[in-house]
Amino acid sequence: MTMNAALIRAILRIIGASLVSLVFVTIAVFFITAVLPGDVADALLGQAATPDAVAALRHSLNLDKPVLVRFVIWVNGLLHGDFGVSLISRRPVLAMASERLIHSLLLAGVTALFAVPVALVLGTASAIFRNTLFDRAVSLLTLCVVSVPEFLVATLAVFIFSVQLHLLPSLASISDIHSIGSFLASFSMPVTTLACVIVGQMSRMTRAVMIDALGSSWVEMAVLKGASPAHIILRHVIPNVIAPLFNVIALSLSYLLGGVVIVESVFHYPGIASLMVDSVAARDIPLVQICALIFCAAYLFLTTLADIVALLSSQRRHAA
Amino acid sequence: MTVASLTRRWAAIPRIPGALILFWLLLAVIGPLLAPFAPGEVVSRTVFAPISAHHILGTDYLGRDVLTRLLCGTSSTVLLCAAATLLACTGGVFLGMIAALKQGVTDTLLSRFMDGVISIPSLLSALVAVAAFGSSVPVLVLAMSLIYMPGSYRTSRMLALSVARRDFVLAARMRGEKAGYIVLREILPNMTGPVMADVGLRFIYSVRLLSNLSFLGVGLQPPMTDLGSLTRENLLGLVYGAPAVIAPALTIAVLTVGLNLALDSNRREPG
Amino acid sequence: MRAQSGIIQPPSLISVKNLRLTGRRGRGPETPIVENVSFDVAEKEMLALIGESGSGKTSIALALTGYARRGCRIAGGHIHVAGYDVTAMPPAELRAFRGKTIAYIAQNAGAAFNPALPLMDQVIEPALLHHTMPRRMAIERAISLFELMALPSPGTIGSRYPHELSGGQIQRLMAATALITGPEVVIFDEPTTALDVTTQIEVLEAFRTVRREEGFTGVYVTHDLAVVAQMADRAVVLKNGVVQEEGTTEQILSAPRHSYTQALLAANTPRIRNNVTETKDTGKDVPALDVRDLVVGYGGTGRDGRPRHTILSDVSLPVLPGETMGIIGESGCGKSTLIRAIAGIQPWTNGGITFEGEPLAPRIEARSAAQRRHLQLVAQNADLVLNPAMSVGDTLRRVLTFNGDAATDVEIGHLLDMVRLPVALADRFPPELSGGQKQRVNLARALAARPRLVLCDEITAALDTVVAAAILDLMMELKRELGIAWLFVTHDLHALRSVCDRVAVLYAGHRVEFTPVAALETPPHHPYTRRLENSVPEMRADWLSDVIGQRDQACDMAPAMPSSRGNGCCYVSRCPVREAVCEISVPPVRRSPDGALISCHLTIQDLSRSTAPGDQS
Repeated sequence: MTMNAALIRAILRIIGASLVSLVFVTIAVFFITAVLPGDVADALLGQAATPDAVAALRHSLNLDKPVLVRFVIWVNGLLHGDFGVSLISRRPVLAMASERLIHSLLLAGVTALFAVPVALVLGTASAIFRNTLFDRAVSLLTLCVVSVPEFLVATLAVFIFSVQLHLLPSLASISDIHSIGSFLASFSMPVTTLACVIVGQMSRMTRAVMIDALGSSWVEMAVLKGASPAHIILRHVIPNVIAPLFNVIALSLSYLLGGVVIVESVFHYPGIASLMVDSVAARDIPLVQICALIFCAAYLFLTTLADIVALLSSQRRHAA
Repeated sequence: MTVASLTRRWAAIPRIPGALILFWLLLAVIGPLLAPFAPGEVVSRTVFAPISAHHILGTDYLGRDVLTRLLCGTSSTVLLCAAATLLACTGGVFLGMIAALKQGVTDTLLSRFMDGVISIPSLLSALVAVAAFGSSVPVLVLAMSLIYMPGSYRTSRMLALSVARRDFVLAARMRGEKAGYIVLREILPNMTGPVMADVGLRFIYSVRLLSNLSFLGVGLQPPMTDLGSLTRENLLGLVYGAPAVIAPALTIAVLTVGLNLALDSNRREPG
Repeated sequence: MRAQSGIIQPPSLISVKNLRLTGRRGRGPETPIVENVSFDVAEKEMLALIGESGSGKTSIALALTGYARRGCRIAGGHIHVAGYDVTAMPPAELRAFRGKTIAYIAQNAGAAFNPALPLMDQVIEPALLHHTMPRRMAIERAISLFELMALPSPGTIGSRYPHELSGGQIQRLMAATALITGPEVVIFDEPTTALDVTTQIEVLEAFRTVRREEGFTGVYVTHDLAVVAQMADRAVVLKNGVVQEEGTTEQILSAPRHSYTQALLAANTPRIRNNVTETKDTGKDVPALDVRDLVVGYGGTGRDGRPRHTILSDVSLPVLPGETMGIIGESGCGKSTLIRAIAGIQPWTNGGITFEGEPLAPRIEARSAAQRRHLQLVAQNADLVLNPAMSVGDTLRRVLTFNGDAATDVEIGHLLDMVRLPVALADRFPPELSGGQKQRVNLARALAARPRLVLCDEITAALDTVVAAAILDLMMELKRELGIAWLFVTHDLHALRSVCDRVAVLYAGHRVEFTPVAALETPPHHPYTRRLENSVPEMRADWLSDVIGQRDQACDMAPAMPSSRGNGCCYVSRCPVREAVCEISVPPVRRSPDGALISCHLTIQDLSRSTAPGDQS
């Protein structure tokens, strides 16, 4: 039908827009990192470098060519799966990034597994018991969590669980995981911290979505039909909020990416974010580039997903 | 413009959040003047000293006076973020109004560009910028203002669009008013409140970003100091519960949470 | 059924004693909504709660079910409904009571149905919740209720979703939902306020039919006295949460005792405000405004040079200097589009408009300063039209300075005086004003430009009856004082009759009739004009029965607004006197002896004859 065709066109437009954004990001990442003041070759070889060595290195890094040529070479490499080698370790950055990426995905996945249900229940409960002591307490707590920088939450978690209670180790390390116990111990701090941040964001958004639905005329009508609160939530509210809630989840998971950077650094977790922070400090440009690209791609994927879900739900509401 | 119009425009600015921001700005300006010691000066042989009469907030990991460093750190955090927010929001509101009023190609191009910028997580953009240009005050301020401009742009574009759609703007257009009059007298006065609330929010975001960056060690570099780097350098003091680490952390929390609470209560009860 | 031992049966089915309802906004102080309200409703009786906005009538209706909206509460008094003490019931008992003993029909049924569920599930929901009957029986009962209320395809309509039905249909489905459990009390909360008059009749008739068949006790909340006359046995008049008067419908409508009721009645009674100046459309005068064969549409232009979808088809409208021209039609007929095109904010594809002999450009920006100044628009919603950040005085001052007039305080005072507002209002801001005051300021702003023609787009639609009547009075006073022409768009035939000299009737984007207002009283007329006339509720109790008796049921089932495609008459699907020729060719314009121009295939003689007896009021 024409309506479906229009819908598919709208979805394709969203996907197209995010592909454009991805291209934009790729170009931006390259050019910002390519116009570095000072020469990387100098920095790499240090004070003792002979002019010949510098020239050779510059040549091997293509630094003697104009920026546009380097961009073409770089993009060509990207298209052929060649993302370059690290300036420091000389290993292919793709391999370095992908082994770290798995760790990060594990962290993010476990966090999402915890955070999403907790946040949905918390947000829904706050909406139902709106303006009660419970709601005010949850609101205050989540407001605090979303206001302060992520590292503060991490620091507080270390202070409470490691320093005060001696419950958990403060540093995460994947390599010495031998049992489920040590897995949980090394994972729990970063996951707890990250989950706090995400739950704060997500439960606030969930509350807003639920309050919107609970304030509708059809909920009032259900009350006047004699329906119980449980019946109203399950039968009337849930079918109407599924789509907006999916949007909330996708958006929250994209926030999670920002949190990952801090949490991995604080807990020395060997994920892709800490790799990126290290490579920024070391000015290892190819590594920065690929990490940035991976992050942006993940972020774009999630926001695009959120946009599409939002479109689908608004489509239904428009039809209504 | 009559007196009544002027007072009305003032009343549209969120009062408590506005007062809070003024307080922090004032502290940022006069705080360093009140500091008992020089910020880099090692004044004690004990590190992570507890609260005492001589050092009100104890000493840090090198034996410097924490109160002095806290006053300086607060000052640089607040001033840097205020500058970045001012730049971001001035640019954002200006471009947002242009996009909303011009529409068409201008709007599409601007919106596409802003979408592109916003499609990179803020911390990541900042990291890339620092990797490229090094970490200095101008780089940090410019990077932060660029990062938060799209948000301000979106908000003010939406606001301007919704106000411009209202019938009184139509009435002014039908009268034949010039664009300048319509923007200044008809549209802007009706955006003041929400735009100010948005400025407050961007300020909180930039405090978070700068603190995060400094905590990661890629923000403000020594000898300058801000609240994030103060927390970072004294992190070891956490084990002793030293005020050297608790004080800057607490200051960040009070700054961000306090302002957000004020904005939140303002949202719930407009006017 | 309600043989609960221990409960003393009150003499009436509903008994409200000293009811006090309070509400608060945000964290503000608690303020009374309703104060010391008492009334009784006997079994099988229908009581009307009459009041304007802010009278507390809906809050009282909801309180009967033991429900108060967020921020509101029942602060005192007693409510007994069908033997239950509503104010004393715990939540579980209230749930068992709502939907089973007492049912509620909301004003906006479109919003009161869950958009994500099919209608039948929601219609039978009360029966399943209260276990009054198994699902199959509930569906059967729902279908028989649909039939009773003359809903189209009653067997399958339940499988559709709320957005797929029209306003009149969904309001009847809401009534079926309320009646599914056979409740003893049914509350109607302004159920027809949002509907067009021609749809309103069908819904009112459906309500009367089910009441006859089901025999419930009712409370009917409304602001419309003519509806009260059709539906209610007794009435309670409310103002600002206090009862003004109570009595039988007949007594309230024929011999009101309280001054407020009298004012309400006066505002509702049709009255000629306009001392019609005999309009001599001799063709010699240059019209102030001349709309010629205007076509507005969307979707690109077809091969014939006309838009694919038309909103207005070849509408012509000459407005003479100093006259009041009325445009009437139902929602969606194109009347707002027409006024927007004249105002220069709606482009058109064919035809043209001249103003005082000069052609008007489609876009307002391309019009001359004088044209912009002499043609002023007063829009429906004064809330949106006044800049909330600009004082009343500044708003008026700007118009004066812009047009190069002296913007003295005296002049602003004069303008405010012209719309009967105190001069002190100049320093106030729009959010501090009442709806009526805002509309007056809106008028003053138009007048400040010293216009020759003022376009009024439903300027009274958002106002309460009494306030709206005062605005119409003002309009007529201004007409006499200033001698300017008005173009008055409305859906309210009473308002139209009382202020206009000539009237254009629009249907589906076509001008079906163009007539001097005096000629409205006597035939011949276009069948649609007649239907519109007959649909306006009158304050006599037998009006609805009379109208229903005359109507052709087949026409009522037709889709309300046909697409403007096709070559026949635009009204053919609903016309009771249609002939074969109406399907295939565009009707000619006929002129009646008293000056009406009627687009119809029937001759003037036939049109005069086909007027059913009892039509003329």
